[in-house]
Amino acid sequence: MLRNRRGRALGLLCAGALMMGAAACGSDDDSSGSSGSTTITWWHNSNNDPGKSYYEQVAKDFEADHPGVKIKISAMAHEDMVDKLDAAFQSGDIPDVYMERGGGELADHVDAGMVRDLSDDAADEIAKIGGSAAGWQIDGKTYALPFSMGVVGFWYNTDLFAQAGITETPTTMDELYADIATLKDAGITPLSVGAGDKWPAAHYWYYTSLRSCPEDVLKDAVTSLDFSDPCFVKAGEVVQDLLATKPFNAGFLTTKAQEGATSASGLLATGKVAMELQGHWEPGVMQGLTDDGNGLGDKTGWFPFPAVDGGAGDPTDALGGGDAWGVSEKAPDVAVDFVKYLLSDEVQKGFASNDMGLPTNPAAGSSVKDPALSGLLTVRDDAPYVQLYFDTAFGTSIGGAMNDEIALLFADQASPQDVVDATQEAADQEK
Amino acid sequence: MTDPGAAASTAPTQPQVATRRADTRRVAPRPVGAGWRQRLEIAFFVTPALALMALFVVWPVVSAVRMSFYRWKGFGPMDDFIGLDNYRLVLNDDVFRHAVLHNFIIVGLSVLIQLPLGLAIALLLNRRIRGRGLLRTIVFVPYVVAEVIAGVVWYQLLQPESGVIDGLIRSIGLTPPEQGFLGTPSLALGTVFVVLTWKYLGLAILLFLAGLQGVPDELYEAAQLDGASWWQVQRRVAIPLLGPTMRTWAFLSMIGSLQLFDMVWILTGGGPANATTTMATYLITMGTARHNYGIAGAASVLLFVIGFAMAVLYQLFVLRRDNSIER
Repeated sequence: MLRNRRGRALGLLCAGALMMGAAACGSDDDSSGSSGSTTITWWHNSNNDPGKSYYEQVAKDFEADHPGVKIKISAMAHEDMVDKLDAAFQSGDIPDVYMERGGGELADHVDAGMVRDLSDDAADEIAKIGGSAAGWQIDGKTYALPFSMGVVGFWYNTDLFAQAGITETPTTMDELYADIATLKDAGITPLSVGAGDKWPAAHYWYYTSLRSCPEDVLKDAVTSLDFSDPCFVKAGEVVQDLLATKPFNAGFLTTKAQEGATSASGLLATGKVAMELQGHWEPGVMQGLTDDGNGLGDKTGWFPFPAVDGGAGDPTDALGGGDAWGVSEKAPDVAVDFVKYLLSDEVQKGFASNDMGLPTNPAAGSSVKDPALSGLLTVRDDAPYVQLYFDTAFGTSIGGAMNDEIALLFADQASPQDVVDATQEAADQEK
Repeated sequence: MTDPGAAASTAPTQPQVATRRADTRRVAPRPVGAGWRQRLEIAFFVTPALALMALFVVWPVVSAVRMSFYRWKGFGPMDDFIGLDNYRLVLNDDVFRHAVLHNFIIVGLSVLIQLPLGLAIALLLNRRIRGRGLLRTIVFVPYVVAEVIAGVVWYQLLQPESGVIDGLIRSIGLTPPEQGFLGTPSLALGTVFVVLTWKYLGLAILLFLAGLQGVPDELYEAAQLDGASWWQVQRRVAIPLLGPTMRTWAFLSMIGSLQLFDMVWILTGGGPANATTTMATYLITMGTARHNYGIAGAASVLLFVIGFAMAVLYQLFVLRRDNSIER
């Protein structure tokens, strides 16, 4: 299933051990056997059916085609996998095939010499994926193959919109403010946001930046770490305008993103709020948060982030991100073949028809069954530019400082200039 | 700890000890090798414990200190030595300074509020009242409940609008805070403290009750014969004799408050707007969330230094009284 990209890391025991340097949480990978057989370790986060059994089948098919190769699968819950990967990277003993989120995190992994360059070995696949691979490319080299890419947008409850008398989804911020007022008049809480986890609040700022800043300023910022362009301050001012309409659920400053019925996603799934700005994984998350397992079901609607008045960004640009298969530097060569197989038309079609994500191989696009997801796929493929989530793009250190300050902006304890300053300060420490 | 009082009181006996030791050595000379055997025995029995201690206590502490001198992302070689830069960053970080302040606010509030409250309830439960055993159990239950479970329950109770506590407040005609108790920056720390008091008051009461068992009945009787009222007996007899217990409890409470993590992490995660960060949540955020392990290392060393300094000062200035009284 679509899994949340990240979540509150609860593996504190493991993390605590890590902090203290006694990393006992490592992996047990044995890359090559003695009798000419090869074992590939593979970590993924599809730990529920149908994804889990689909991937088991994929591994079996690959083993059948490659005698002597054995694939050892570890299917984990997303948060567990992230924690374990952190521990694995610290110990230097990472699985042969694993999930890589790209951006600054990947750059660090590459710096440490732990990720294999796939540019030549998987040239065909990279060409097929096209622009989506950009988030996993450093200095013209591709280090991982994205298998699922989605975009962030507003998920909304079509019933509540109809109840308030809203017939068309907003395309400008002013229209959004008008809809917020209409919903409030109808006694409906317009929006939920999990500002307690910070990144859901940060997505608002990312999007207003994307709408306010010209594309080249953003692209430049990722490499030069220069945030002096006034459009970044303007982005914060737009967020302030939105906050002035008081659109969010009560207690949003400590609301969690997607844990339980009182989380931001839970409030949307149970019909307590009308809209939420979230990633493509939202339907899957909502299904897990309702008793009947349907989430919002056929009341699920989606619209892209509205245009910002006077903004220099293209309103069809999107904020997004995804997951890619990375290969360890120490992995046997056949692991690269396996990753190429995972990106093949056949596997990506199966991936799509099981609603496991939004495939990056264009051949699989038509196999997506879920109507909300296939609509999203169109938006993603039509977008002239997809900006990787800023916190992923800039890495955990800068991204964390940025998200923290944006959360303060949401609490009215930081100005738009403060957000830029805090980000710049964290970025300067990286230079 | 070093205790001048204790040293002075044992001083007169020292010569005696010395002569006795000299005597034994002269009278019963051990066969050669017995000393070695004894040392081997000691080594044999102590080594496993020391090895575990070295592996799980000494080595992590040493590597945290080492980490604090490097800029390190959590993987790859640790080779970017930056001296005391991490400490400078941490000490200049408003979030950390506020975290230290929050820790000390909790320490202060614990003594100011939990001590009198715990004492009052302990004195009450020390009287012969009906259902005393049951009441004592009820008071102690929160302390036994797992911290995470208690935290999650309170988190749900404190939900704005849909939560039980907001519902109760509304049903008596008052208006709960718009963003909820945990979501309003000015109320969040106080709310966390209320939950902590609920959780840890049981321990204070239990300790105080135990201390009260140590007050001899004769003292009460004597006071009553002298015509002292119940209040006077408590004020002049029970509470002064409870002094050592209270000082010990305050020490435990102080250390616990300085290391406060779990309850804050569950209830607010340090938010809203960093209103409830503690040193421990700061270093976890810096380490596991932002991958600034060097900064997290520096913060953990500072946490250790602050905790250690407080403990030593407390021993020197407060607990010293108890130690010298006993001898």
